[in-house]
Amino acid sequence: MTGQRLTPARLGPSDVLRTGAAGLRTRPARVVLSALGIAIGIATMIAVLGISSSSREQLLRQLDRLGTNLLTVAPGQTMFGEQAKLPVEALGMVRRIGPVRTASATGTVGTTIRRTDRIPKAVTGGIAVQAATADLLTTLEGRVVTGAWLNAATETRPAVVLGAKAAQRLGITRTGVQVWMGERWFTVVGVLGAMPLAPEIERSALVGFPAAEKYLGFDGHPTTIYERSAEESVEAVRAVLPRTVNPENPEEVTVSRPSDALAARAAAASAFTNLLLGLGAVALLVGGVGVANTMVISVLERRKEIGLRRSLGATRGQVRLQFLAESLLLSALGGVAGAVLGGLATAGYALSRGWPPVVPPWAFAGAVGATLVIGTLAGLYPAMRAARLSPTVALATT
Amino acid sequence: MSVPQPEQPRVVELREVTKVYGAGVRALRGVDLLVERGELVAIAGPSGSGKSTLLHLIGTLDRPTTGTVRIAGHDVAGLSDRELSALRARHLGFVFQQFHLAPGASALDNVADGLLYTGTPLRARRERAAAALERVGLGHRLGHRPSQLSGGEQQRVAVARAVAGDPPLLLADEPTGNLDSAAGAEVLNVLRDLYAAGTTIVVITHDPEIAEWCPRQVRVRDGRVVADAGAGAGRRPPGPNPKTASGPAAPPGFENVPGAETAGAAKGAPR
Ligand SMILES: Nc1ncnc2c1ncn2[C@@H]1O[C@H](COP(=O)(O)OP(=O)(O)OP(=O)(O)O)[C@@H](O)[C@H]1O
Ligand SMILES: [Mg+2]
Repeated sequence: MTGQRLTPARLGPSDVLRTGAAGLRTRPARVVLSALGIAIGIATMIAVLGISSSSREQLLRQLDRLGTNLLTVAPGQTMFGEQAKLPVEALGMVRRIGPVRTASATGTVGTTIRRTDRIPKAVTGGIAVQAATADLLTTLEGRVVTGAWLNAATETRPAVVLGAKAAQRLGITRTGVQVWMGERWFTVVGVLGAMPLAPEIERSALVGFPAAEKYLGFDGHPTTIYERSAEESVEAVRAVLPRTVNPENPEEVTVSRPSDALAARAAAASAFTNLLLGLGAVALLVGGVGVANTMVISVLERRKEIGLRRSLGATRGQVRLQFLAESLLLSALGGVAGAVLGGLATAGYALSRGWPPVVPPWAFAGAVGATLVIGTLAGLYPAMRAARLSPTVALATT
Repeated sequence: MSVPQPEQPRVVELREVTKVYGAGVRALRGVDLLVERGELVAIAGPSGSGKSTLLHLIGTLDRPTTGTVRIAGHDVAGLSDRELSALRARHLGFVFQQFHLAPGASALDNVADGLLYTGTPLRARRERAAAALERVGLGHRLGHRPSQLSGGEQQRVAVARAVAGDPPLLLADEPTGNLDSAAGAEVLNVLRDLYAAGTTIVVITHDPEIAEWCPRQVRVRDGRVVADAGAGAGRRPPGPNPKTASGPAAPPGFENVPGAETAGAAKGAPR
């Protein structure tokens, strides 16, 4: 008997968005407050991920700059559990390995460094006195902040170069200062910069090998050999180092790669990061509950509007879609605000530490995903309620 | 699928319609009502007599407990919720006692929203909304918010929203119930003009004057129709606007309504 088929018109995406936004526009304060929860959650998670990636990026860039081709050789233990010693001629042997570009050594000198002879011997300040070969700075690609590195002349004289931390602990910022080492005065001729790959050098007072032997009774045995080779032959060099350094007892030699420690630090996500991520997730969840609550109230308050829309020809599905869109917009608003806040927090923190600010793209993708999921979950129940409402009951609401 | 009709289907056709709410409120107890194209029908009756219930059934906002409701030839019982929604979007316009305007939106947007579910693109919705507001005499108020409009103006916006899509049937539940007589007159004038242009109008009213003004009155009491001039009676021109002393009896263009002269005379409506 019907003259034509009755098919509801489809709402275009822009119309769905417009109806969803219309509900938000009239209640700005409530929108801001309920989006805030989502914003805080997203901002926390983005900032946590961003700051830890920035710190990782910083480490990786540092690694890149420092190179991963530095190996150190140190004495291990003898079969009887005693401290082994590297042979005096070990450094020469290392230099003879083909791919090795540069090698140098330090040797521990059993003495202390003090500002004056009146300070008791026991107060070392954690500073190690070491003999260093003249090319140490080249091998470590280190930098002198003040003064100069040891040269052919000063390495035979009672002259000392301080590592950055050693200088700090002694309170020395300029050259020419006299310090008490062993049983005589030495002159500070230089202060070094930071050495991320050889932190032990930062805490050392360095004198030339000849000077150490002459004035401080150094036995000439190196305790650490630093060696750099081409990147691609690092493993090969590593394999031959123990036998080269100590042909009789290669097992008494320990070889390590300082960049490994940095790389490990870069790879590890700290427990603290995970804890903060968890907190962010909780904030996000609470934010989602807030959005759901707002939506339930919104549906209750707007029963008449729902009734009117039904009288204008909205299907149940279109009413449901309207409230889902509203919920999604609400949480998207929070998500965008959170992402911006999180990005700014990351940038602020990273720049204040001198790190490159980095937020991994997947963190933003995750934020978008989380926002959509939360918006949908929070809006689903209220939207269903709105759609189920009978038009006459909705219109009769006073 | 589209069977040609022998004649134009009736706009409204109710047969032995009852409506029982919940446990046993019998709001309608067997109503027969036929409304033909171009009629202006008043449904009058005391409070609680079932007028709104009747209008909701005609408007397909609700389904009858028993009996048949046919709107523009579609049997409501055979239609899904989606199909009913489409029917409302295309064939029906509603005006309520409360205006139900969105407070944050301009008059133009409120009216344009009335076409949202007809599949009209936004620009065309706005154009037709502007035309509809022009029709109700609010062409100069397009950008005003409801709070910046008088009650009569707000109800005229609501009427414009209901008729922007040119629905063949306009249903009004106490459209002047919240208005003073001057504002009520504005609204009645708009209804009269729409009726003159061929829209079928069913209006619920408490007000005997307004009921009297309509060419056909259906009187409802205790869920039954107790008096009705019969289908087609509502095609005569309405009397002078009861809310204004000097309302024109037959507005210009009214003579063009098909069957306007004959229908009332043939039926002999009881006054
Ligand atoms: N949703 C409902 N649930 C239960 N009873 C209802 C419902 N709607 C209406 N009724 C009852 O049905 C009867 C008819 O109501 P209806 O609203 O149709 O009256 P009306 O003629 O429009 O009255 P009024 O002039 O006061 O608006 C009344 O007794 C009313 O209490
Ligand atoms: Mg009523």
